[in-house]
Amino acid sequence: MAPPAQSQRSPSPSQPSGVLIMVNSKSEVSDLKLQLRQLAGSRAPGVDDSKRELFKKVISYMTIGIDVSSLFGEMVMCSATSDIVLKKMCYLYVGNYAKVNPDLALLTINFLQRDCRDEDPMIRGLALRSLCSLRVANLVEYLVGPLGSGLKDNNSYVRMVAVMGVLKLYHISASTCIDADFPSILKHLMLHDSDTQVVANCLSALQEIWSAEASTSEEASREREALISKPVIYYLLNRIKEFSEWAQCLVLELVTKYVPSDSSEIFDIMNLLEDRLQHANGAVVLATIRVFLQLTLSMTDVHQQVYERIKAPLLTLVSSGSPEQSYAVLSHLHLLVMRAPYVFSSDYKHFYCQYNEPSYVKRLKLEMLTAVANESNTYEIVTELCEYAANVDIPIARESIRAVGKIALQQYDVNAIVDRLLQFLEMEKDYVTAEALVLVKDLLRKYPQWSHDCIAVVGNISSKNVQEPKAKAALIWMLGEYSQDMQDAPYVLESLVENWDEEHSAEVRLHLLTAVMKCFFKRPPETQSALGAALAGGIADFHQDVHDRALFYYRILRYNVSVAERVVNPPKQAVSVFADTQSSEIKDRIFDEFNSLSVLYQKPSYMFTDKEHRGPLEFADELGNLSIGEAANNVVPTQMVEENDKDLLLTTSEKEETKGSRNNGSAYTVPYDGSSTSVFASQAQIESAVSNPTLAGHSPQASFAIDDLLGLGIPATPAVPSPPQLKLNTKAALDPSTFQQKWRQLPVALSQEISVNPQGVAALTAPQALLRHMQSHSIHCIASGGQSPNFKFFFFAQKFEESSNYLVECVINTSSAKAQVKIKADDQNTSQDFSTLFESALSKFGTS
Amino acid sequence: MISQFFVLSQRGDNIVFRDYRGEVAKGSAEIFFRKVKFWKEDGQEEAPPVFNVDGVNYFHVKVVGLLFVATTRVNVSPSLVLELLQRIARVIKDYLGVLSEDSLRKNFVLVYELLDEVIDFGYVQTTSTEVLKSYVFNEPIVVDAARLQPLGPAAIFMQGTKRMPGTAVTKSVVANEPGGRKREEIFVDIIEKISVTFSSSGYILTSEIDGTIQMKSYLSGNPEIRLALNEDLSIGRGGGTVYDYRSSSGSGAVILDDCNFHESVRLDSFDMDRTLSLVPPDGEFPVMNYRMTQEFKPPFRINCLIEEAGQLKAEVIIKVRAEFPSNITANTIAVQMPLPKYTTRASFELEPGAVGQRTDFKEANKKLEWGLKKIVGGSEHTLRAKLTFSQESHANLTKEAGPVSMTFTIPMYNVSRLQVKYLQIAKKASSYNPYRWVRYVTQANSYVARI
Repeated sequence: MAPPAQSQRSPSPSQPSGVLIMVNSKSEVSDLKLQLRQLAGSRAPGVDDSKRELFKKVISYMTIGIDVSSLFGEMVMCSATSDIVLKKMCYLYVGNYAKVNPDLALLTINFLQRDCRDEDPMIRGLALRSLCSLRVANLVEYLVGPLGSGLKDNNSYVRMVAVMGVLKLYHISASTCIDADFPSILKHLMLHDSDTQVVANCLSALQEIWSAEASTSEEASREREALISKPVIYYLLNRIKEFSEWAQCLVLELVTKYVPSDSSEIFDIMNLLEDRLQHANGAVVLATIRVFLQLTLSMTDVHQQVYERIKAPLLTLVSSGSPEQSYAVLSHLHLLVMRAPYVFSSDYKHFYCQYNEPSYVKRLKLEMLTAVANESNTYEIVTELCEYAANVDIPIARESIRAVGKIALQQYDVNAIVDRLLQFLEMEKDYVTAEALVLVKDLLRKYPQWSHDCIAVVGNISSKNVQEPKAKAALIWMLGEYSQDMQDAPYVLESLVENWDEEHSAEVRLHLLTAVMKCFFKRPPETQSALGAALAGGIADFHQDVHDRALFYYRILRYNVSVAERVVNPPKQAVSVFADTQSSEIKDRIFDEFNSLSVLYQKPSYMFTDKEHRGPLEFADELGNLSIGEAANNVVPTQMVEENDKDLLLTTSEKEETKGSRNNGSAYTVPYDGSSTSVFASQAQIESAVSNPTLAGHSPQASFAIDDLLGLGIPATPAVPSPPQLKLNTKAALDPSTFQQKWRQLPVALSQEISVNPQGVAALTAPQALLRHMQSHSIHCIASGGQSPNFKFFFFAQKFEESSNYLVECVINTSSAKAQVKIKADDQNTSQDFSTLFESALSKFGTS
Repeated sequence: MISQFFVLSQRGDNIVFRDYRGEVAKGSAEIFFRKVKFWKEDGQEEAPPVFNVDGVNYFHVKVVGLLFVATTRVNVSPSLVLELLQRIARVIKDYLGVLSEDSLRKNFVLVYELLDEVIDFGYVQTTSTEVLKSYVFNEPIVVDAARLQPLGPAAIFMQGTKRMPGTAVTKSVVANEPGGRKREEIFVDIIEKISVTFSSSGYILTSEIDGTIQMKSYLSGNPEIRLALNEDLSIGRGGGTVYDYRSSSGSGAVILDDCNFHESVRLDSFDMDRTLSLVPPDGEFPVMNYRMTQEFKPPFRINCLIEEAGQLKAEVIIKVRAEFPSNITANTIAVQMPLPKYTTRASFELEPGAVGQRTDFKEANKKLEWGLKKIVGGSEHTLRAKLTFSQESHANLTKEAGPVSMTFTIPMYNVSRLQVKYLQIAKKASSYNPYRWVRYVTQANSYVARI
């Protein structure tokens, strides 16, 4: 194969690297400067080839980080050429250094502007791209002209470049871009250009521009809403197959935000996009799946069908493509499996780990296996997991054992699993024993009836072989809890107490104190000396908690032994459900952000991105940062029981809330200090509160301003109007994610100010009272927050016997006794009626 | 939307670096490399393909030992970015013929030119080699293909198969043959990666075939192509559970669980006669990916035995039997088995007259390795290893060792029996008869026997 022509003539320099060259770079750069200067004026034949070689050297230095900005002048001088390869290298160089050399950048404007009028569309496009990439604020005046003609160019390549140029201009100088009216030109192009890449670029540019402008301009936010209006969406959807696969992703992402008016529209869209699920590009498939999931959120049966439909394409994507791509898809599959495990319960074999997979993949699969385990597949899954317990990869082996334990805790029939766990205890591998001990402890807290079998095995474990604090603590807890059944318990505890000073973990020492106490109540004569030693050791302990606990035990024992027993070792009820580590609100938010990094990180975006980078069309921040949990309690009708687990429509938060309320009677948590229950949820709420500290103070003012601009403000009626004919559904239910979706998609139907009577203001010291009050009027709270004087509530209501929703944002200022109310409605015609109803309900608050 | 794109060598050198939006600090490449290199202190765990450091999201894919990286501050679709990185690697390979550190360094100006057209201000413009041809003017400097590792699954055809022209898969889509003539040819590769897990008693616990029909066309004038697959091919397993091993394998029908297609593929007559029609774009691309859990005959059976043989001693016997026809030969076979942690020595005994075999005991991670250059269909090979332990084993030996895993490549063989029945090129002239290469290969993805 022949090498290309020019490289034959003058062999190319391979890219320099390494220390030697860095040392010599200074002299090299000045050498280059000299050579460039010589070539600049030359018209000799072959001069372009020599220039190419020099330019290549310059760019290779640039790549490895050597500063070649001092060559700027010479590079620009050499750029007078018709050689397109040379031009491109020069553009690359100029784009890289113009920002730090604004004065020199001015030199390039001339030839770039000239090139923008070249007869070759390639050159026009390239020059325009470079011109807009200079990123120098005081040169923007030179951009407007070429951009304007670029957008009208008859060549689509130039238009494509020009559209991105507008966006670049916007980032250098937003006002120049807006003043030149470029956004409206883009809007026109988006709807009329024949080239789909031009259309796609317009869409990207407009999304970015309008989103950035929306915070300050009502018009911009209307424009942004207009992007997800029916005509635009339909126009794009009808052409979707003409778009490149990347542009398809863009369009699909936009469609996600669109709310169809009825179910036939939903089915039309889904039928149109059906074959996108067979695309080889995983990004297209995931974007399509997101559309399907979002569209069907409120249609339980169809939503479930969607899960069935997307299973096969997802599994195919996981097994084709590079390991990196398959990881990204697997993370999404993981999310769906965790949401609806029963849909995937027959596919469990796909979640078996392969020996050569990286740990981050295995970990996801272990969680999926745990989730999909049910009566029919548990045996096989547990058998498989036990294979991994002997795995060479120790962290994975540990997690496999934990997975077995989790399955045991979620199953009804645990006989077989208990046997397996007990086998782990006998495997004589330190880490296996350690993990198994922790599990057996949890298991006993849930199934005390197994204590007999377990204790026999646990009793054989020498405490000397258990070193890990968690495992040791678990063993000690069992010794204390079952001291009457374990012959040696007092003596094992005694020997542990003897080594008090060598025990490094405070957690273990705390458990030891409690265990010795419990043992003492059951077998006082045998334990007395150990107790004395433990209390002495504890009181002298340097760790504050250990010290305090020991002192407390000591004093309560002196006060009254039987009281001490009631406090330290009361009769326990079994734990029915162990708390989840991640709050359901967070899970819902992650689901809402399907096909984004949130799914891979298993965190909603506000936890890892700054506000301005959260992606286009992100409306729901404020809503998401308010607490949802408490409200959900009021929303869920009490009769919801087990079937909930089969109901996809219910978000996880509702499911758990119902479970929680069902269990309230029996869910007494055994006082186990090192327990695995976590307080992640409350942490997350604190975090979100911190991430948006200005919320309470600022949003009411903002909404004042917007109300005035909209001119929709309806004067508050002084007298309490009589309730209109509108009837509301008393048992309305709406999950937070649907609420969020609707809230960001529906326009404001009504916006008004309502006076709150003084009794109402007084009653607001407990905002819960308002929630209960409104609920008695069939208006339900979905989220609330804020603190005096500003309280913010989101309410919803449903029309009686119809699925038409009303959404309300209500900001109450207690010092002015006024409520700012914004109402959005599925059915705009009845929003006035609803508003009246809402006002009448609110005005009664505090009086009844 | 991405902010930066760069390619790093294994040592962490920048080979190309392009900043599209100026939102992420320049030192990102170093931050990234340090993070990947020292993901966990013990060095045991690999860094995931996507992670976040100080608000910057780093995406990377590994291609021929190079790291292709993108950064962004935005919460983008990870699939999109990872797919894009993979696609950029493929476009570069289409242009350079061979993707390697050397070829990238020699052609970095061309690569910059490509990158400028692929992405503008962080938004993907095109990744089609076809479209890019009209925008890109640098010509590739071709590096010597023979001593370099090629990219992609088709690379396996480089090894050993004399029937293939050596440079075929490493030819740039833009470079001409010596003499300025372009050879008209098209490659269709059916590549199947198989995963099988055998239980300790030899039953198949799970099995799956992940297949790709890969195409690379060097045909001029973009003719339409028709690709006919098995007529009895069916897609989707109606009813029943996905894993149903009772269905007989003798019936001959090929049943795919699911498949997807490249966007150029038209399926107008697929339902009727199982033909795919397409106008192949330039460069290498997957026509179709498919997945199959239908029962198939595993190409190898593995038998493994580990028993105590006196105090502090044990013996391992591994038998591998090739269950494919004798006119087929598997190559580059490697068998591995983790041994008990307290193994100090292993002495091996091969069959008498064994050639092209290699054995090793990896002291550091206590692994037995057995390499075989080739295995002819129908043959059987045995390895015996005598182990010495440093401590007495109390537990069951089978819980301390294994499982046995195996990698191999079997050219001109595919387990799914999916076939390209014919490859039709629509061009009128009767003299037009380009070279058509249809090649099959089976590779082990995860081939494991528990003990």
